[in-house]
Amino acid sequence: MKYSEMDIAALSALLQKREVSARELAADALSAIAETDGTIGAYLTVAEEEAYRQADAADEMLKSGTAGALTGIPFAMKDNICTKGVRTTCASKMLGNWLPVYDACVTEQLKKAGAVMLGKTNMDEFAMGSSSENSALGVTRNPAAPDYVPGGSSGGSAAAVAANECAFAIGSDTGGSIRQPASFCGVVGMKPTYGTVSRYGLVAYASSFDQIGPLTKTVADNAKVLEAISCHDRRDSTSLPQYDTNYSALIGKDLSGMRIGMPKEYFGEGIHPQVAELVKNAAKQLEQAGAVIEECSLPAVSYALPAYYVLCCAEASSNLARFDGIRYGFRAEGIEDLDQLYRKTRTQGFGREVRRRILLGNYVLSAGYYDAYYKKAQQARTLLIRAFAELFAKYDLLLTPVAPTPAYKIGEKSNDPMEMALGDICTVPVNLGGLPAISVPCGKIAQDGAELPVGFQLIGPAFSEAKIYQAAAAYEKSGIAAR
Amino acid sequence: MAKYESVIGLEVHIELRTKTKIFCDCPADHGGDPNTRCCPVCMGMPGTLPVLNKRVVEFAARAGMMLNCEIAHFSKMDRKNYFYPDLPKAYQISQLDHPLCEHGYIDINVNGEEKRIGITRIHIEEDAGKLVHTDGGSGADCNRCGVPLIEIVSEPDIRTAAQAKAYLERLRELIRWVGVSDCQMETGSMRCDVNLSIRPVGDTNLYTRTEIKNLNSLKHIAAAIDAEKARQIDETEAGRALVQETRRYDPEKDKTYSMRVKENANDYRYFPDPDLVPIILTDEDHARFRAMIPDLPEERLAKYVNELKLPEATAKSLCDEPALANLYSAAAEQVQQPKLLANLMLADADAVQIPAEIWAELTNLCAANKINRSAPAKLLEAYRESGKDIPALVQELGLEQVQDTGLLNSIADEVIAANPKAVADYKAGKEAAIKALMGQVMKRTKGAANPQEATALLKEKLAKL
Repeated sequence: MKYSEMDIAALSALLQKREVSARELAADALSAIAETDGTIGAYLTVAEEEAYRQADAADEMLKSGTAGALTGIPFAMKDNICTKGVRTTCASKMLGNWLPVYDACVTEQLKKAGAVMLGKTNMDEFAMGSSSENSALGVTRNPAAPDYVPGGSSGGSAAAVAANECAFAIGSDTGGSIRQPASFCGVVGMKPTYGTVSRYGLVAYASSFDQIGPLTKTVADNAKVLEAISCHDRRDSTSLPQYDTNYSALIGKDLSGMRIGMPKEYFGEGIHPQVAELVKNAAKQLEQAGAVIEECSLPAVSYALPAYYVLCCAEASSNLARFDGIRYGFRAEGIEDLDQLYRKTRTQGFGREVRRRILLGNYVLSAGYYDAYYKKAQQARTLLIRAFAELFAKYDLLLTPVAPTPAYKIGEKSNDPMEMALGDICTVPVNLGGLPAISVPCGKIAQDGAELPVGFQLIGPAFSEAKIYQAAAAYEKSGIAAR
Repeated sequence: MAKYESVIGLEVHIELRTKTKIFCDCPADHGGDPNTRCCPVCMGMPGTLPVLNKRVVEFAARAGMMLNCEIAHFSKMDRKNYFYPDLPKAYQISQLDHPLCEHGYIDINVNGEEKRIGITRIHIEEDAGKLVHTDGGSGADCNRCGVPLIEIVSEPDIRTAAQAKAYLERLRELIRWVGVSDCQMETGSMRCDVNLSIRPVGDTNLYTRTEIKNLNSLKHIAAAIDAEKARQIDETEAGRALVQETRRYDPEKDKTYSMRVKENANDYRYFPDPDLVPIILTDEDHARFRAMIPDLPEERLAKYVNELKLPEATAKSLCDEPALANLYSAAAEQVQQPKLLANLMLADADAVQIPAEIWAELTNLCAANKINRSAPAKLLEAYRESGKDIPALVQELGLEQVQDTGLLNSIADEVIAANPKAVADYKAGKEAAIKALMGQVMKRTKGAANPQEATALLKEKLAKL
């Protein structure tokens, strides 16, 4: 097996045994990128020098006996996370070649762990979108079927893992941006409990929803990466005080006694029948592994999509106001006064979808509309949080599809923002509740000669990551056994 | 004119003198070259997040308590969104509907007439930067970005320029007294906007008001109030409707001019800042802040005069400087002679730099005649330089007063014997001649003799001659 096809656990074992050095792994990963990324387009920036520097540091750690689970492991970073001295674009013309003067907390954590950053991955501009087609800087293709989108917004990160262009990748999830591309590309993606990973250095889209998480080849790898990147960070007021972060603790334990609910609203109209069937098959396997599966109901989920779009656009309109052409990034030319500087810079610097969401956000916050939109959406959010809490009094976890459909063709939906938004229906409730949820591959759908991956979603109450990984790992094991 | 009265409310911004800014670790004081006192957080770089400085909450709550406000148990920060080049995030983090302090008041006295001015609210917020205009273009200086401010909004209880002035003077006195700001209008650490409308005397309704911004002295505030009242009366009498607008005052012409009409004003699209968590203050927090609230300045003055028996001028000099008064109060508890303490402290230009214990020690040494009255100045100078403790410095500098009467006795005899002319003068009735003899005694004891004791001894010996 090639290095690039191995998971973190296998690579780490080789590194520890000194059968390969971090530098050799970095070289191998960089050549894999050189070979395949021309077709896939997962990376916006390949940071070769930086990668070798970090690999040498990792080799030192291996020599001195201070290495951990991620030391020497090559990874890819989503391009909305700040990396000191390596350009951070958010896939927007607005930030262009902006060089951050500081590292994000997650960047620091990974450096501390000795992981080796290969480069920065493509995404929907400012994380707004579900197909990565909203990138101003390039197209990313689904490694399983090159005519298809990889999903989004962390499409580059998911594609990089699926195409063996890194051992793991970091993404961010505001309404499904880790889980949906993980499902489309056939990898494991986790959105942890809000506050688990510091947002310091993540370029904000919607602050009360944004959460960083890992994309990996296996469930066990995913838990290891989350263990490395989660911490209490005093620079982020919403960062949680430290709690038990041994996310791998329950992996391998059997599921007997675990109660898993399947809310029927997630399997109704609009859900591709084969997607529903694959998720129901996964339910059977979880049952065989010892879990008790029951149908349940979450009617409040019908508020989720409108509430989500009102609140995240409101926050985005304010978060993205700082891109004004004054201090950094793009500035329009031919400016005569201040008003023009703002208008031309922001009109030319932002893409269509970003402008659309900023306009929506400003509208719902404007005088006379606040109560009808923003306030009502906050109330809906509270209702949904309560409804989840009621279900979690009965069930340990909930099982649902990740997306209503498998990946679609590039260009197929990009002119229909409404249909694109409907694709987020299964993932956004989790972000409204600040809950942890994982996407795990559970099969493929054959379509037009392509084999399109599909994932299921396991949702848990806050801080239930270990239990989610336990169930996901049990499924993964049974799946491997079934093959 | 007499048939109209003004209805005036004031909005006062005051910079809090915390060490660091409200949302990052940058220094909060004035100065520095442009953009040298800022960091990725206060410059609003992508990905950065604010973290509330707890001292800002404490300082603002103390200000609120000093102004008789109720302090919230639940408060939160909101974003006020607008574009301007001196505002790096394009929103100001402020407070909309849950301010930290509400329902306070200040009592003022104008020409013997007492009046209570209500305070609607006090909220905390961050300051913006500054634009610097040069021939080469305009630049933004972010040093002031994130300096903590409180905005104090009064009820429309003020009727005249004199009342406005009295309110602002008392406000400044109290905020300085509680120690959270220096409140200097000239440096911008205190700024005032005036809201003013007029109405016929006897009418209790409120009418269209205007806001006068950017007033930078008490004198201009008073003059702007009179000018704007006169303008509004002229407009009303001429049958022209007043419009709600922002105006500025031109001191040269003594007139106000329209800046922008309210309809064209910004819609600030306030909403709760999702990057910050609510501010929860417990009863224990309230008690902790309450314990830091001093008595009123006039109460302190009365205590100094009545209990500590200080002359009124001395007491006033101490109370002029809140830090000095607080230091004095702390030191006064440890001494028997509070008046001597006051005199020693007022004789020193930089008294607040010396701890209360040192002041008490010096006072007590003087009072016990262990050192003479010229010694404290020398000791303070040495203390500032070396930081050594006072007894060690007294030793080192040989400032201990000669208490040995045997030694003093023989020195007095020597001096009398060596200065027959001065002795003769004294005997002939020239009392001042004793000063020459005293000078000799001090010289021979290197200043260590107790002057009262030495004078008494000389007089006794001379009388026997």
